[in-house]
Amino acid sequence: MIAGLVEHDGGVVSEPSLQMLTLGRRLAERLGVPLAALVIGSEARSAMDGLAAYGVSAVHHAADDRLDRYAPGAWAASIVDLITRARPSAVLAAGTDRGNEVMAHVGARMGLPVAANCTEVEPGDPGHQYLVTRLRWGGSLLEEARLHGAVKLLTVAPHAVQAEEGPAAGGWSVEEFSPALQDKDFRVQVARQEGRPPGKVSLPEARVVVGGGRGVGSPEGFAPLEELAELLGGVVGCSRVVTSLGWRPHTDQVGQTGVRIAPDVYIACGISGAIQHMVGAKGAKRIMVINTDPQAPILAHADYAIIGDVQQVVPALVSAIREAKGR
Amino acid sequence: MDVLVCVKRVPVTGGRISLTEDEQDIDTRYLGFTVSPHEECAVEESVRLVEAYGGSSTVLTLGPAAAEEQLRDAMAMGANRAVLLEADGAEWDAGATAAAIARVIGDHRHAGVAYDLLLFGNESADSGGYQVGVRVAHLLDLPSVTGVKQLEILDGTAVARREGPDGFEIFEVRLPAVVTVKEGINLPRYPSIPGRLRAKKAIVERIQPERAKPGLEKLRLRLPQGRDKQAEILGDGAAGVERAVEVLRQIGVMPS
Repeated sequence: MIAGLVEHDGGVVSEPSLQMLTLGRRLAERLGVPLAALVIGSEARSAMDGLAAYGVSAVHHAADDRLDRYAPGAWAASIVDLITRARPSAVLAAGTDRGNEVMAHVGARMGLPVAANCTEVEPGDPGHQYLVTRLRWGGSLLEEARLHGAVKLLTVAPHAVQAEEGPAAGGWSVEEFSPALQDKDFRVQVARQEGRPPGKVSLPEARVVVGGGRGVGSPEGFAPLEELAELLGGVVGCSRVVTSLGWRPHTDQVGQTGVRIAPDVYIACGISGAIQHMVGAKGAKRIMVINTDPQAPILAHADYAIIGDVQQVVPALVSAIREAKGR
Repeated sequence: MDVLVCVKRVPVTGGRISLTEDEQDIDTRYLGFTVSPHEECAVEESVRLVEAYGGSSTVLTLGPAAAEEQLRDAMAMGANRAVLLEADGAEWDAGATAAAIARVIGDHRHAGVAYDLLLFGNESADSGGYQVGVRVAHLLDLPSVTGVKQLEILDGTAVARREGPDGFEIFEVRLPAVVTVKEGINLPRYPSIPGRLRAKKAIVERIQPERAKPGLEKLRLRLPQGRDKQAEILGDGAAGVERAVEVLRQIGVMPS
């Protein structure tokens, strides 16, 4: 069997987990084996219902109340327990913070390699290596690699596969189990949580993002960008240079080590277009660039461009929008 | 408080990646090198902790001989000691890297240097395996917290905050521990001139580790599909603004 660790939030299965199951189902079909899901925690019951539509034929439910508060070591111990009992040929998780962390623990415990953020998986003959394609540089580069190990451990890069329902597998079973857990498995566990302060639209959800780079010139140079963003109901983002210079907080940074955005339009002002920045803007439906340099690498990612100085163009754009609005 | 920070030398890639002919690596002939962004913050965090609590900061890398440059950069920021695990040019997977790092930490312990805190970046900028820190923690039987954006040390306990699905998650672990950090935990300083001079003369401990057989074996690299776009030029300077307004209206984001 192929087993997938399904993450859920209060019983609602996360999108990356559905994508992971979709890849897992294709893998299981090719190998002619069933697809099983591992769900964790007492709220997992409502997460199970929708899984059959994704081709899952067996759910393994790690039912231990202590697992409700996230503890990476204990989640990994639950997977190791399942591996020992059910002997899956591969275990998959979503390439999320938790998915990658838990699988790192599983690999470390079992002395097995883990392939993180895979986009494609070619199974070999039973007992042989898999050929995987995985993300490097946050997705700017792909690596083809051979994954060894008696049990293949891998995570699936979010958004590499579209979540698709598939033919229901023959049969459906739910098995509750109490994984063998030791106190040590809980030495790292969420002690408490803090909600995000309520505020304006967040960067990952914004429909319009106005990004600023070195070309903005100064922290004060962001004022017209703020104005433009506000007019369009959007928010301001920035490149890594800008946070390194201390012009904007890191929470505004778009890119590989910052936030990933997916707006209807990304207006990139004075940004050259380093690959690390562009992977963060890959979800943008359209990119409009304002830049003095028509040869800047960002032009290769842009749908529209105004060649000119941000400090002149942005205020002009702001007044033009105001004027058009008044009409 | 004695802190060990692990960093990785990676190229400064700029706006476009080109590969070597054999598709095994990025063509770095015209590129400079740095460390992964998360790790630069790990170095800064270690220096701040030593400033606050005393002790020492040791920076370690596994990489080519040229990675000495990145160790000296870290020492210029304030790290006190440096260890270079000199690797051949071959790709080291996470398992092999963690094994080599854990062995050195064990050897240092036998020699009387026991680290209270092992800092890593959450994931390297290039290979992005998300696991070296966790694997080192397991090999040394230490707790590990990953993805940390804020770190406090209170009475021998690390209080670590990170972003979770619904806000922030706070972990508390006893030291010694492994903590992997993310960019944003701090704003790394620029090295001072005296720092640079000190770093230039500092001694780097060199070790030739043996590479374990890789479990994840790189075969080749390739660039993702997707052709370059031909941007529509809306105009030069303020003359482009009129068309831009039309485009924004088409996209449906103009205010009503």
